[in-house]
Amino acid sequence: MARKIVDAKGSFCPGPLMELIAGMKAAEVGDELEVLSTDKGSANDIPEWINKVGHELIETKEEGGVWHVLVRKSK
Amino acid sequence: MKILIVGGGMGGTILANNLARRLSGELKSGKARIIMLSASERHMYQPGLLYLAVGRMTPDELYRDQASLLEPGIEFHVDPVTEFQFAANKVKAASGGSYDYDFLVIATGSRPVMTSIPGLAENAETFYTEETAVKMFKALRNFTGGRVVVTVGVPHKCPMAPLEITFMLNDYFKERGIRDKVQLHYTYPIGRVHSLENVAKWAQPEFDKLGITYETLFNMKQVDGAKKTLISEEGSETKYDLLIAIPAHKGMEVVEKAGFQGGWVPTNRASLHLEGDHGKNVLVVGDTTNLPISKAGSTAHFEAEVIAENLAAVVKMGVPVRDYDGKVFCFIQAGKERATYAMFNYTTPPNPQPPTRAVHWFKTAYNKLYWASARGLL
Repeated sequence: MARKIVDAKGSFCPGPLMELIAGMKAAEVGDELEVLSTDKGSANDIPEWINKVGHELIETKEEGGVWHVLVRKSK
Repeated sequence: MKILIVGGGMGGTILANNLARRLSGELKSGKARIIMLSASERHMYQPGLLYLAVGRMTPDELYRDQASLLEPGIEFHVDPVTEFQFAANKVKAASGGSYDYDFLVIATGSRPVMTSIPGLAENAETFYTEETAVKMFKALRNFTGGRVVVTVGVPHKCPMAPLEITFMLNDYFKERGIRDKVQLHYTYPIGRVHSLENVAKWAQPEFDKLGITYETLFNMKQVDGAKKTLISEEGSETKYDLLIAIPAHKGMEVVEKAGFQGGWVPTNRASLHLEGDHGKNVLVVGDTTNLPISKAGSTAHFEAEVIAENLAAVVKMGVPVRDYDGKVFCFIQAGKERATYAMFNYTTPPNPQPPTRAVHWFKTAYNKLYWASARGLL
């Protein structure tokens, strides 16, 4: 199991969620991905996708204007 | 000072020309050399593929001779790189030879991988190569009615293409007088119709107005050709009579072979240097970076300008001078005769205005003016 950082700070296009989806493709089941984003919308749209597709949301926190969203690839 | 540029697409070409102009004295005196390696003797204007797919351009209009676009003094070889040897500051090429460098710029671009989704290559049309775009146009010509589904994979180059192809298809069927016989359905991987929030805010009501249906949070998983059904990771399905895909992309195989996952090279977002070992004299431009920004020609263009300025400064005074600020400029062809654009950087989001005829004419002009950009003039 590995933890990878998806640094999407300053990303408007493609956007943090799309970076995460691409990162998920490359990850193994059980891997954790931590998305860093300066876009507060990601704190909502990442969990929305994680929920719909069936991966695991571990935690979301904000530190100094950067959102950290930690997810685990479940399948 | 030997500067080796691997890749003759937008980024590589604009960089080579811009740099050659800045270093014209040094090239003449032999203090600097610019060497470019490409897999092709032709340069393709990739945005033209959108028009080719709907019968508005012919294949010949997409190409120019690469050599004809390059400033004198640039040493150009059609000799695709087969291996990067960063520790030895050289690359091996298909001819069997190798090229050493003081500075390397990786400008190898990205490619669509239709085989990444089971059933996609066999059952879907696409338009990211000349061959597939022509095949798609022929399929469109033979289409007399039914359900057309446009589906998008991540990551892909040209962020605007999904919207553009959908609007162009709408107008194409309208022109043929069969729009009422066609159901146009659009799917997108995230929770809105485009990754840029302001673009999605503009595009969604346009879709509603034009009777284009859509499903968001839809990531393609596989295609069942027998049942003509596209299935998503999220568990939903959609039937199609004609499936048009923008598949997930990867970087070039030679870059994957060098150990960069997916072919995406870890790149410093400001200096555009390769991150990690050997980054000191290796720069990266265009689609092949791992930067979380649009894989667009304009991105490659603005990055190339920064790299050229910095490399020239290093040759002349030993230090770089400028950071890349994330600038991207993308036209959005919103139909046969309307267009708008999105301009943004790392700190300022885009705010596209409603499409107009004027911007359409600008884009149409740019389709030809592009060749001046490639030559580093615009």
